[in-house]
Amino acid sequence: MRKSLFYLLLYSIAIVFTLRLFYLQVVSTNYEDLSLQNSVLKEYIYPERGLIYDREGRLLVGNQAAYDVMVIPRRVRTHDTLGFCELLKIDKDHYLSQLNKARNYSTRIPSVFVAQVSKQDYAKLQEKMWKFPGFYIQKRSIRKYNTQSAANVLGYISEVNNADIRQDSYYQSGELIGRQGIEKTYEKKLRGQKGVRYLQRDKFNRIMGPYKDGSLDTLPDPAKDIHLTIDIALQEYGESLLKNKRGGIVAIEPETGEILVNVSVPNYDPDFLVGRERSEHFRMLKNDTINRPLFDRGLQGQYPPGSPFKLLNALVALQEKAVSPRTGYTCNAGHFYGRSQFMKCHCELGSFNRLNSGIYNSCNTYFSNIYRKTIDSYETSQQGMDAWSEHIKSFGLGNYLGYDHPTGQKGFIPDAAYYNYWYPNQRWRGATSVSNAIGQGEVLTTPIQLANMTAAIANRGSYITPHFIKEISKDTIDVTFRERKHTSIDLIHFEPVIEGMSNVVKWGTARNARIPGIEVCGKTGTVENFTKIDGVRTQLTDHSMFVAFAPREKPKIAVMVFVENGYWGSRWAAPIASLVIEKHLTGTVRRTYLEKRMLEGSLLEEYAKPISGEPFEINE
Amino acid sequence: MNSNKYLLKFDWVTLLLYMGLVTIGLINIYSTRHNPEINMFSLRHAFGKQLFFAGISLMLILFLQFSSVKIFERFSSVAYLGIVGLLLGLFLFGTEVSGARSWYSLGGFSFQPAEFAKVVTALAITKHISEINTDLKKLKHRRTALILILLPVVLILPQPDPGSALVFLSFFLVLHAEGMPSFYLWSFFGLVFLFVLTLLLGVKVITYGLMAVALIFMVVFLNKRRRKVLMPALAVIFIGIGFAQSVNYIFENVFEQRHRDRFNIVLGKEVDTQGIGYNINQSQIAIGSGRFTGKGFLEGTQTKGDFVPEQQTDYIFTTIGEEWGFLGSFIVIVLFVSLLHRVLHHAGRQKNDFSRIYCYAVVVLILTHFAVNLGMVLGLVPTIGIPLPYVSYGGSHLLAFSLLIGIYLRLDANRINEW
Repeated sequence: MRKSLFYLLLYSIAIVFTLRLFYLQVVSTNYEDLSLQNSVLKEYIYPERGLIYDREGRLLVGNQAAYDVMVIPRRVRTHDTLGFCELLKIDKDHYLSQLNKARNYSTRIPSVFVAQVSKQDYAKLQEKMWKFPGFYIQKRSIRKYNTQSAANVLGYISEVNNADIRQDSYYQSGELIGRQGIEKTYEKKLRGQKGVRYLQRDKFNRIMGPYKDGSLDTLPDPAKDIHLTIDIALQEYGESLLKNKRGGIVAIEPETGEILVNVSVPNYDPDFLVGRERSEHFRMLKNDTINRPLFDRGLQGQYPPGSPFKLLNALVALQEKAVSPRTGYTCNAGHFYGRSQFMKCHCELGSFNRLNSGIYNSCNTYFSNIYRKTIDSYETSQQGMDAWSEHIKSFGLGNYLGYDHPTGQKGFIPDAAYYNYWYPNQRWRGATSVSNAIGQGEVLTTPIQLANMTAAIANRGSYITPHFIKEISKDTIDVTFRERKHTSIDLIHFEPVIEGMSNVVKWGTARNARIPGIEVCGKTGTVENFTKIDGVRTQLTDHSMFVAFAPREKPKIAVMVFVENGYWGSRWAAPIASLVIEKHLTGTVRRTYLEKRMLEGSLLEEYAKPISGEPFEINE
Repeated sequence: MNSNKYLLKFDWVTLLLYMGLVTIGLINIYSTRHNPEINMFSLRHAFGKQLFFAGISLMLILFLQFSSVKIFERFSSVAYLGIVGLLLGLFLFGTEVSGARSWYSLGGFSFQPAEFAKVVTALAITKHISEINTDLKKLKHRRTALILILLPVVLILPQPDPGSALVFLSFFLVLHAEGMPSFYLWSFFGLVFLFVLTLLLGVKVITYGLMAVALIFMVVFLNKRRRKVLMPALAVIFIGIGFAQSVNYIFENVFEQRHRDRFNIVLGKEVDTQGIGYNINQSQIAIGSGRFTGKGFLEGTQTKGDFVPEQQTDYIFTTIGEEWGFLGSFIVIVLFVSLLHRVLHHAGRQKNDFSRIYCYAVVVLILTHFAVNLGMVLGLVPTIGIPLPYVSYGGSHLLAFSLLIGIYLRLDANRINEW
């Protein structure tokens, strides 16, 4: 009896241990992760981020070395502290607090002691580092910009946040990701694929050697370099022309859909978002709600298109056979389009306009009439409105264009459903939405949409989705940037409209856009706009707009220029557009008087008006 | 002696089980101390030393088989006195290693008398109980046994080596098996149980709980004739209540802070994976991460990273758990159970008292080490530093426990040749 106590003890102990082992090793799964966490270190090998060139092969974005001074507190021995502080340009308190911080983190693992030392300091430091045991210099790679322009196109990179990591498990805390612009769109090409090395570490976190002899390791996949369609010289020129103004320039090569220029002013130097003060600088840009330098006006700005939109209305009216190029209307400095609704026009009393002079005089009366005829040529206004809307949308308006840049806006092109919503009794006619005829009212477009529209007209009815990517090394670009899209307007209707555009520059509203020896086709716009000041809807000085392409045959450039609150289209936008065209086509600008006026012109006083708090005059 | 008969009667299975455990120990010590830059077989390194001692141990066992049976019985008293002398000598000539003065330093080797004291005490106890006129029902004989057991405890405790000291208490199980009144054993278990329960639930709960039990006893037994049972039962209960009151005092004043911490960790009252709970946390991570089949020989990341302190000695089982998984760990448990079951079983077929009682002493010693060591590594009992028999690194330990099993083998093989 007493002997069986031994058996009882032996077997109950064995069973308890077996159960416990079974629980630890088979049932519970988290010990495996815990073990990997504390004994295996994943070390990543990052390929150098891809380079970005412009269309001519000029390097825009490269990489540069930044130098961090690192410290391993355990290895620090007494040394000439003062001399060290002098070299690093820090004081002794800072030295002690940094060392303390590093020591609190770990005495055995390196910490950053001073981040991103300048190249000059690095040169001096490097010679003397041996005197300071426990400190060493670690090289890191950051972006280096060879241009001060095109920040809105290039975008920027920044450290990944928790949301990025959740979304894409590729990223680890502390890594960089393309946050905006081209850096974001082509993130996967530019970053390459990081390699990974698994390392065994000991209880002090020291590396002991490869884990499983490196059998799980992978090699990094090198990043790809990319060429943009941007012409950086033209981009820089465009930005200088818009100095002290707000606005943008979008230029497209009509034949290929390549975006030559996308200027948005006010802008910032891309280098501003690199280095030690990046987050501070970013906050400055983000908080500048007056100039909004992070806002890409060319892609995100939604404006009423104004008079350039008349070109589309002419094309639609011709396509719908509502009018012929011979149809004409008399303008009495405006006209009545309803019982008491009067639309003003700058034509003189008794002017008579057909299509051609309607365009080059930008006659509101003419376009109001053909628009109403188009809408009302159908049995119901609804059908007319939808037909009109479809034609307009075929030019890429009213929706995202599909270019390779993460920012953008849809703009807005109304259809029958929209007016049915506002006029539930469905008693609305062409006259109801007559403002659309002259590009005011409900219609909204972005500058790049108007530039694309101009390219489509230059191509006589087709376009390729505008894009920034020209070439990816050892890779192909998206096929949609090779496919030609067709508008719903027949080829024959374009020539009369283009003739009108040519005359706009020859003897119409934009004579100062004339370039000797080049036939420029354009259309001015003077766009009414409103803002809210203290909750009161207030009209501001009109936006100056101009769309153009040149030369007339085999067009090489389609350009859209807008200058916020610049008043007449011919005052700022047309000259700037013509300078850009001249520069692009001939390589130089001979009209230096015009160039000088644009470079020096400033609208800062105009922009100060609405925020001054004082009553002000517009359209001076 | 008929040598053929001897070979037949020799307990080969136990020898194989013993060698299996030693081999497992060697493999895992090799893995734990593995370093490609050194010669693992050099006597300057742990594995080389252990291999050397494994060889010596095997020779010792062989040598014992040719010795006279009577010699163990005859020399146990002398050996006991000798070991007491050695333990005393530690106070004067001992070398201090990591805070404990438990070793004699002899050239490159160190010698730990406490390990041999376990074996010698086993022999001495066996001798005392097996003597023809010893009757454990008599207080006088129990007292002698008590002194034999407690003398080494008193000498070992202040080294300090509480783990080894604790082991000696397990000899009371042998006394129990050989006729000591059950009262002692049950009150010992009862007090341990009450102690842990009091720590876990608090003095108040235990006091009121015991009072309630006493009340129920009174109600149940008052009306019946078996009133005789009532008074002793009540006495036991009130002693229990008194003990519960003193638990806090013992815990707070007799125990040192590290002991209190170890209790609190196991009882789940404290969670601290970096400080005092680091060992137990890391050893569970190592074992748990082995999963069913283990990571493979020399592939244990916890082992390589040296995350578990004392891994080659008291925590050797974590290497087994990590590199050989549940399968390997279970095999080790099976080996121990087989060995102990076999020795227990053979105790019954011994023809003389000395051999039988010695079998129990062997079982009790190995079982206590096995239970306490694995219990600690698996996080079931508070941290008490004692080795896993035959597996842990340690020359004195391996040699002493080989002596233990070697004597058993010699005695067992002699079971027919009685006189």
